Amino acid sequence: MGDLRAFDEIWGQGGPDNPREPLAMLADWIAETPREELARRLEAAENTFRQLGITFAVYGDRDAAERIIPFDIVPRVFLADEWARLSEGLIQRVEAINAFLDDIYGDRRILADGVLPPDIVFRNPQFRHEVAGIRPPHGIWAHICGIDLVRTGPDDFFVLEDNARTPSGVSYMLENREAMIRLCPELFRNFRVAAVDSYPDRLHETMRSVAPPGAGSRPVCVVLTPGHFNSAYYEHSFLADSMGIELVEPADLVVDDDIVWMQTIAGRVKVDVIYRRIDDDFLDPVVFRPDSLLGVPGIMSAYRAGNVTLINAPGNGIADDKAIYSYMPEIVRYYSGGEAKLPNVETYRCREPQALKYVLDRLPELVVKLVDGSGGYGMLVGPTASSEEIERFRAALIAEPHRYIAQPTLALSTVPTLTEKGLAPRHVDFRPFVLTGRDGVQVVPGGLTRVALKEGSLVVNSSQGGGTKDSFVLLPEARQMQKMGGMFQQQELGS
Amino acid sequence: MRLIVEHRTRYRFSEPQTRLIQCLRMTPDDTDDQTVIGWSIDVDCDARLRESRDGLGNRQAMLYADGPIDGIEISVRGEVLTGDHGGVVRGTHEPLPPVFYLRETERTVAGAALSGFMVEALAGGADAAAIDAVTRAIHGRFKLASHVEELRDAAATFAAEAATGRELAQMLVAGLRAAEIPARYVSGYRQREGRACAPHGWVEAFAGAEGWIAVDPSAGGRIDERYVRVAIGLDTASVTPVAGSRLGPGEEMLDVALIVEQARGQ
Repeated sequence: MGDLRAFDEIWGQGGPDNPREPLAMLADWIAETPREELARRLEAAENTFRQLGITFAVYGDRDAAERIIPFDIVPRVFLADEWARLSEGLIQRVEAINAFLDDIYGDRRILADGVLPPDIVFRNPQFRHEVAGIRPPHGIWAHICGIDLVRTGPDDFFVLEDNARTPSGVSYMLENREAMIRLCPELFRNFRVAAVDSYPDRLHETMRSVAPPGAGSRPVCVVLTPGHFNSAYYEHSFLADSMGIELVEPADLVVDDDIVWMQTIAGRVKVDVIYRRIDDDFLDPVVFRPDSLLGVPGIMSAYRAGNVTLINAPGNGIADDKAIYSYMPEIVRYYSGGEAKLPNVETYRCREPQALKYVLDRLPELVVKLVDGSGGYGMLVGPTASSEEIERFRAALIAEPHRYIAQPTLALSTVPTLTEKGLAPRHVDFRPFVLTGRDGVQVVPGGLTRVALKEGSLVVNSSQGGGTKDSFVLLPEARQMQKMGGMFQQQELGS
Repeated sequence: MRLIVEHRTRYRFSEPQTRLIQCLRMTPDDTDDQTVIGWSIDVDCDARLRESRDGLGNRQAMLYADGPIDGIEISVRGEVLTGDHGGVVRGTHEPLPPVFYLRETERTVAGAALSGFMVEALAGGADAAAIDAVTRAIHGRFKLASHVEELRDAAATFAAEAATGRELAQMLVAGLRAAEIPARYVSGYRQREGRACAPHGWVEAFAGAEGWIAVDPSAGGRIDERYVRVAIGLDTASVTPVAGSRLGPGEEMLDVALIVEQARGQ
């Protein structure tokens, strides 16, 4: 499609010769570093990722069992003031998500006050009656959120999707940074980039802070993975490693008398906090899918009894469901008392007849998504779709309108990216990671930038040919030591 | 009526099991219709029981037992005083609103045939009279089977000529939901003359202003004082009296014996 109107985050609207003023130095670096040198560094980074085993499986692609996600050597940069505004919006959003979950599985004031139609909650399979009435420690449900953002202009950020279940990708944030520091040290001399390497410590602290009341002063925390065949296994083991806690598989855990135990060579150890990377459906065969072989039988009873904290809490799908998404501005307003600082992308709910008519009339312009789909599957990008695809979606929409939402195609911002034909703008999105613990909400100064490597493509999902970039957050000009979440964020790199 | 329930569930395993975890939904609650005078769950091996209440308000007990276990027998014995309020359900724990019980599950997909039947039988109504009419219509349409190898889902049940009481109940639940009437499956006990019976299943449907009413399609009408209500759920799968997980190889054999009788001296 090659949308000329797209805002480039480094080059601005003016092209390579007329970059955004605060980023002129980066534009120079891009212009002056020989292409071959950039290509060499990129290859070195990808070799490292391959050796580390940072791979993912493409669903439905039997030939390519595991691939690495392509990496791009040109970083994406957030200015300090941009980041400050973004952080405020993220904190407000995540606070609202937690308040919503605590309310919807508790008193349900938001429904009593008529802010949401009750049927979109109660008839939604993401509302898990199995956790109704449970209140996790400190009322925190979404300890780790990945909020997917897109940008269309210097100050125009939109939330595309909330991820409040088990958002993945944080290992890319950390590994990409490590590769960049090694391969492009001059960038870290010239820019004061906020460090991201405190993430594992912050996550560990978050886990400890939400331990059950009876856990004692040194709660036992573990990461629960479905196993090494899982596409995100690298991330599971990476996080456990960098937090210095055990990585366990379901067979390592047993529940007895409503208490979760970890079987170790030295005997049984009581487990207090579990960062589980197993979906709700498979978590406990006694409560959810009985055919699940990945789960820990009885874990939900231990959770209901308040003897273990599950991170993130089961049942969170009701907060990041695409049908709920369209009500997020109302949800944020309801719990925060103010307007959402980060707006949603305009969303048409096809369950509403007028919206459906509008959507059917404009399919070639719109992006249509399955309410319960993810990973770029079951999605129509009107402007790049073939007429057959459009007609297929038209039929599907008419048959089951309640399963779809539609959004305008946004001119997603671009970032210069190394391609076979040299440096060229490519569309990006962004997933920052937001942690919520007993002492509040914190945004890690960085995140995962996904880039659509195909020219003109707006689909950034790794399963659909997307890649990743490092995301720099620049520190404020004034050299203030900024204390955040108990960690000093300034880090001097290089000289 | 004073009812005595004796419900024995015995699992035998072809090879010893290392561990056993089971969720027992076998404990009735007091309602306006029933008062639990006494209730006990006994297990014939060294096991720990932990009681709680699930998200739908059911009482449940988690059972934890360590191996080696060749078999386990769970004996439930209790006494309940029941009354007859014409099937109107009152005094129950209701943590979730009626609209929740419109939710479809894998087993309660109605399908076109059942939906069409419902439209005709309800004749546009959604009140207690319409629910009674559709209960009678289902009762009249199916032969009652005492046993099926594997419980069928709602659509498959509707295509059959004969069905068990539990299948009919699940099917009615599906049909009512398809007609936008909140409905839920009830598992419990029913006293019948002259024979021991398996745990029974019936239906609670939400009749607007009249509230929840309980109907039994295998009897063709409202429930009465011969019923003991134990657990509610979205379908048969979610209220199985014993849902479990075992760690160990081999096969399991299940054997259930049930007596529901009126206490002597009445």
